Amino acid sequence: MPVMNVVVCVKQIPDPADPGALDPETKTLKRDVKLILDESDSYGVEMALQLVDAAGEGEVRLVSMAPNNERSGLSTALAMGAASAVLVSDPALLGSDSLTTAKVLAAAIKDSEPDLVIAGSESSDGYTGTVPEQIAAVLGLPSVTAAKSISVDGDTLKVERQTDTGHDDVECPMPCVISVTAGVVEPRYPSFKGIMAAKSKPVDEKTAADLGFGADQVGWAGAGQEIVDITAAPQREAGEVIEDDGEAYQRIVAFLEQMKVI
Amino acid sequence: MTLSKIWVYAEALDGEVASTTLEILTMARELADTVECVYAGDDGDDIAEVLGSYGCETIHQTGDLDGALVGVPVSAAVAAAVEAGDGPDAILLGTSYDGRDVAARLSVGLDRPVITNVVALEVDGDTLVGTEPIFGGTTDVKTKFTGEGPYIALVRPKSVAAEPSDGAAADVEDLDVPDPGSSGGATVVERHLEESSGPKLDEAAVVVSGGRGMGDADNYEMVEKLAKLLKGAAGASRAIVDAGWVPYSYQVGQTGKVVKPDLYIAAGISGATQHLVGMKGSKNIIAINKDPEAPIFGIADLGIVGDVHKVMPQLIEALSNR
Repeated sequence: MPVMNVVVCVKQIPDPADPGALDPETKTLKRDVKLILDESDSYGVEMALQLVDAAGEGEVRLVSMAPNNERSGLSTALAMGAASAVLVSDPALLGSDSLTTAKVLAAAIKDSEPDLVIAGSESSDGYTGTVPEQIAAVLGLPSVTAAKSISVDGDTLKVERQTDTGHDDVECPMPCVISVTAGVVEPRYPSFKGIMAAKSKPVDEKTAADLGFGADQVGWAGAGQEIVDITAAPQREAGEVIEDDGEAYQRIVAFLEQMKVI
Repeated sequence: MTLSKIWVYAEALDGEVASTTLEILTMARELADTVECVYAGDDGDDIAEVLGSYGCETIHQTGDLDGALVGVPVSAAVAAAVEAGDGPDAILLGTSYDGRDVAARLSVGLDRPVITNVVALEVDGDTLVGTEPIFGGTTDVKTKFTGEGPYIALVRPKSVAAEPSDGAAADVEDLDVPDPGSSGGATVVERHLEESSGPKLDEAAVVVSGGRGMGDADNYEMVEKLAKLLKGAAGASRAIVDAGWVPYSYQVGQTGKVVKPDLYIAAGISGATQHLVGMKGSKNIIAINKDPEAPIFGIADLGIVGDVHKVMPQLIEALSNR
């Protein structure tokens, strides 16, 4: 049986149902709310667990980055079955852009020498959608983004990659970086046993300096971009809301007539 | 003030240029004296007239990439041109699968940041400032590049209306593609195109979308029926795409397609910020949902608090009988 070691990048984000706000002072997301595992990343965790199961040997290691030592999202992924985690936690990371994030995550991934790195296609909060491909570039690895299915054939991954008009069958040699779309697999719910086991799984905490980054290379200082303005966007006005009394469809018909759609 | 030169990453399929490319060319003309395109392929001649008519003066084409995913070769080619001193002040790409790949690889290759999800760009001195909507479009953030160029920005589809200029056909020049080394190797072995009838989701004048409130996958048929009656396209919320009811290509939202039709009908969609960001630019919005507190009613011109399983069949029948 071949060994399959997979690193999964996971992000801990504010609950999208209560996304919070930008702090006007620090110009970063207010993260005083409880953070959760980004749902987009749960698909990557599940995919990795399935690939390791199929290989028969190997393990899933998580890599995450946070300005504080937040772990609640990691705990969820560990409870799903990941074996261990690296948490790069450093206040200096606050304000890091996607390129810096990718450099830091790549440095944290490197020592594990995984066969495969999996990430979500984009986070639910920042949604830059560039970090997985940037990690691949920093590590000098090939990559496939927007994977909707993955299977292993020897040293090659066979990936169905989402396109605007359908999908492409892509082959990619390992080691490599893959980003997965939501829905690629059905993420499992952590079992009670999994939740208990997660408490004793190793979480290796590192600072930016541990990974060789100076304070001027990360966070706002290293970003190469600056937020110059935050404003409320013009909003649509709500129109008329009516209760269906069995005849409300006629109001829609009238609306369509008025618009000359029909 | 304008920048001296901007490159736009041009995307086309079988000689048909992506609408986002034409939108970005329209933006770029206002920002720089010279606008040129980078194109992954060997059929630049086929799109030279269209790109030229939107202001592109020169197409730098990579030639046939033998099925390689475009991120590695295109970014390497652009980085090599920049290092040779032939590069632009800024590179603008559309927020597409390939556009993101190229922008991400290029940012590492050049060690420059990328500003993403941009809906507007302006020149400030010799740098660029991008506007990005966050929190489902409730807040606009303006971000300025503070380091050295070239600046890289990913522009969201439908940010501006594409408008032709009176430019002549673009010149086509070959762009050298360096050896990809260990990063290469991801290769497309087969392409699958989904059959689709009717207008394209992101171009249709009418879009009818369904969400979890439709109950189950079989009921989605009602959405397609209504879309067809209105000569529109059928769309979907992320929830039912993730649930496997319809393919990803139906998805409207932050992830998925941005649509700005004359009329958007949301059936059984509550209106998570994820969804709103992809459709709130619609001219008119009708929403049907049983929950009076659903956020979708906050942006709908006509909101029906009711059961989609009752309202949709009535509406379909009324329209069928006309």
